[in-house]
Amino acid sequence: MTQDKAKFATQFIEAIPHAKALGMKLIELGDGAAEISMGYDKRFVGDPETGVIHGGAVSALMDMCCGTAAISHPDNPGGTATIDLRIDYMRPATPGQTITAKAECYHITRSVAFVRGRATDGDPDNPVATATGTFTVEAK
Amino acid sequence: MPRSQPEPVQQVKKRRDAALNALVSGVPYIQFLGITFDRRGDELTGVMPFDEKLIGNPILPALHGGATAAFLEVTAIIGLSWSMLWDDIESGALEALAGSDAPLPKLPKTIDFTLDYLRSGLPRDAYARAHVTRSGRRYASVHVSAWQDNKARPIAQASGHFVMPRKDG
Repeated sequence: MTQDKAKFATQFIEAIPHAKALGMKLIELGDGAAEISMGYDKRFVGDPETGVIHGGAVSALMDMCCGTAAISHPDNPGGTATIDLRIDYMRPATPGQTITAKAECYHITRSVAFVRGRATDGDPDNPVATATGTFTVEAK
Repeated sequence: MPRSQPEPVQQVKKRRDAALNALVSGVPYIQFLGITFDRRGDELTGVMPFDEKLIGNPILPALHGGATAAFLEVTAIIGLSWSMLWDDIESGALEALAGSDAPLPKLPKTIDFTLDYLRSGLPRDAYARAHVTRSGRRYASVHVSAWQDNKARPIAQASGHFVMPRKDG
């Protein structure tokens, strides 16, 4: 990442209090594609016996990454809001591992952006969760 | 034969509140989001007090969809666990929920969670209630809805499927 891009990535997260609170990092941003990571943090644990991250934190990462993919699409002139989001949990995230979500906006109309996402924690062939969602497209 | 005296009300409340506290206070992410639960009999209401760190759009401002998602999922899991454990709480069979150091019972695991965002979440407190539509031996289906000022105008609703913990450990 160039210095300008890295600066933008930091500012983007800094502007969104909830993303900042969860320690998210914008890794990559393309035309209708985004990659965002969330480092392991004991405050985000859902099962104290095992140290596994709470599903709600994974959902927040997925919503953030899918929404970012929606606003990064060249046909989306402004901000966005989630219309619906479905998350499937394949397996518990490995304690201590950073979780990385990748999302793509695979179709967009004048009013709706269709997005899918995938979260992994080290092994790209063995996802932690997948997501499918629709997001609003603001009127021009 | 004389009828046995009903259990004193303070004792009943103390046992139920201790069980609820044991379920909720042990989960770091619930504490991180500041979520608490109001209890009336067996009915639970999740409360997520407003905090600046829950904001997703500072210009509107509005709650982050991820914060709303987590609030609904926490309420669904606690609501399902509560209904699953209710009989054992009432009989006093669950030592872990009666203030001892015994490990907490295993909780249900989320299979999938589908959220509908209905209105923008305002920068104020949010409330949620879960309804266990079906709870079987292996799977459960839960519906949950969140609102702010007006219960008839929900901000989001969700339904999810869960794998129930195995009884044989």
